[in-house]
Amino acid sequence: MKKITGFVLIDIMRNRFVLIYTLLLGVMAWTVFNMEDSASKGLLTMLNVVLLITPLVSVLFATTYIYNSSEFIELLLSQPVRRSAIWISMFGGLSSSLVLSFLIAAGIPTLIYAPLNQALLLIFTGAIITIIFVALALLASIFTRDKAKGVGIAIMVWLYFALLFDSLILFLVFQFSDYPIETFMTVVTASSPIDLARIMNLIQMESSAMLGYTGAVFKKFFGGSWGLLLSALIMIVWATVPFLISLRIFNKKDL
Amino acid sequence: MKICSIYFLLALCMWQTAQGRILHIGKSIYPFTNIKQALINSLPGDTLIIHKGVYKEGNIVINKPLTIIGDSMPTLDGDYRFEVLTIMGSHITISGLRIQHSGFAVLEDPGGIKIRNSSFVVISNNELVDNFFGVYVEYSTNILISHNHIEAHGIQEQSIGNGIHSWKSDSLQIIRNHIEGHRDGIYFEFVTHTLVWRNTAENNIRYGLHFMFSNDDNYFTNVFRNNGAGVAVMFSKRVNMRNNKFEKNWGSASYGLLLKEISDSDIEGNHFLYNTSAIFMEGTSRIRALRNNFVGNGWAMQVQASCLDNAINGNNFINNTFDIGTNGSVVLNNFDNNYWDKYTGYDLDKDHIGDVPFRPLSLFSVVVERNPSSMLLFRSFLVTLLDQSEKIFPTLTPENFMDKMPAMRAYPL
Repeated sequence: MKKITGFVLIDIMRNRFVLIYTLLLGVMAWTVFNMEDSASKGLLTMLNVVLLITPLVSVLFATTYIYNSSEFIELLLSQPVRRSAIWISMFGGLSSSLVLSFLIAAGIPTLIYAPLNQALLLIFTGAIITIIFVALALLASIFTRDKAKGVGIAIMVWLYFALLFDSLILFLVFQFSDYPIETFMTVVTASSPIDLARIMNLIQMESSAMLGYTGAVFKKFFGGSWGLLLSALIMIVWATVPFLISLRIFNKKDL
Repeated sequence: MKICSIYFLLALCMWQTAQGRILHIGKSIYPFTNIKQALINSLPGDTLIIHKGVYKEGNIVINKPLTIIGDSMPTLDGDYRFEVLTIMGSHITISGLRIQHSGFAVLEDPGGIKIRNSSFVVISNNELVDNFFGVYVEYSTNILISHNHIEAHGIQEQSIGNGIHSWKSDSLQIIRNHIEGHRDGIYFEFVTHTLVWRNTAENNIRYGLHFMFSNDDNYFTNVFRNNGAGVAVMFSKRVNMRNNKFEKNWGSASYGLLLKEISDSDIEGNHFLYNTSAIFMEGTSRIRALRNNFVGNGWAMQVQASCLDNAINGNNFINNTFDIGTNGSVVLNNFDNNYWDKYTGYDLDKDHIGDVPFRPLSLFSVVVERNPSSMLLFRSFLVTLLDQSEKIFPTLTPENFMDKMPAMRAYPL
């Protein structure tokens, strides 16, 4: 299993797409922190990157990679290795390489420019969001053998979490505005990894004061050290559950 | 003639001083060892010099024209039980004293210095530390409070009084004081014709400066930093606010300047830096906001629907998360001629005025104003997208809420 993971990792590291992604992310991070007049503004821009670009790249790259290496996977299946070992090492290789390039490109400038606790939180959320979307990509690509369809599903997944889910929240907020829904909305919002990451970061920043009453409710839920632990736990659940489902399907699937 | 009158004045002063004696109060070597004794023996017009030491004499009442001067900061201590100085009279000067530890009582509101039914009183160069109220003025006129350091360490709003508190007074001058850690830095209720100039109010629990029912007042060149809210002007008319600095009044219910039911006032040349909400207006009318600088605030202005006929012109709006927030759909105020850093229009005729009007209301600010819960989506991708599309085709925001002549360049303020 270690061998396959290492193989996937090296294969991805040599991939031109990942190199370009690392380079672009790095250039963006450095310019953001140099251009913005304060570290907190730079951090906000970086947060946008983490919430938009990282998941998109992760989900798209992981899906296409799985499809492109379908022959390699089939070859491995003919060897005396356990099925789950193959799938786990695919997941491990993909997520570790993407996390690594995120850490190198975005992590270093963030650590240098931003206050330590906020920087660490941002890096943690960026890394875990990468892993979550790799897991979702594995799930998307296991459903269908058609590459175009698989990539389509992956983009839909990204679109859903980046955009559609928020519209749903906006809709709910307006529909139930006559009721005290703050606590309920907090829970609903926390159920999307991107939203959870966004608010987790925002309440650690100065702009949290603008979140008002709802923000205060959220802060009560997720602000303290227990709250941070809880939100980290939710993120980890988001990373593991889709992967485990895809693993089950992969184990039983007739490829 | 002019010189003559000056001589006359000088002579008058000399006559005044010649009238009074100087009484020294201090330990052992001085004729008086306590203040109360000296007060009994003093005549109107005398000067009392209090020498270094700690004086715990309970409540000291001054009711005749006296000048009381501290020599190297003598301490008057209220022992957490008494009001330290009570002034009831006219032509009284208190200077160079350290007044500390006044009592705490909700009914009597004891202060470090209480001025009651008085006129022509000067309170200058004192340190008022750890009192319930710092200086408390009621039913008085022509009071000068200057160069004092007023400090307390209040934690809860109920357990601490105001730095300078005045009630039903007229013609006060409050100049160059530093007020810290009280409930309100300066509080006015039914106070008229008053000048507040060059003070610093910081880290107060509620407001830096608080007006209630106080008309015809001015406050210039003050600094309000890091208070619960900078300044609150409520139920007042003709208040002049110029050259003040409101900074870092940051928190979930913080304002730089809170205006409620106020009319015919001027807000000119102020700097609003890094406040959650720089100006919050409710029920205000006929206010001119001119040449102010709004930088880095959460909201630069929150204008509620109950405001009308206000003119907001010639201001700079730079780096604010929201420039304007409003809950109304009717446009009753004028927002022309401001500089907005979010303006993306062009200027073909090079007259430094943008050719396309600017709409300072973003969709999200309207949405949030209608439904605060939607703040959950703050800084999400969806919101950015909606704001951009709204800029091109206004649907939810009032269509004629705009600056018809936006400035292309920031005003040098």
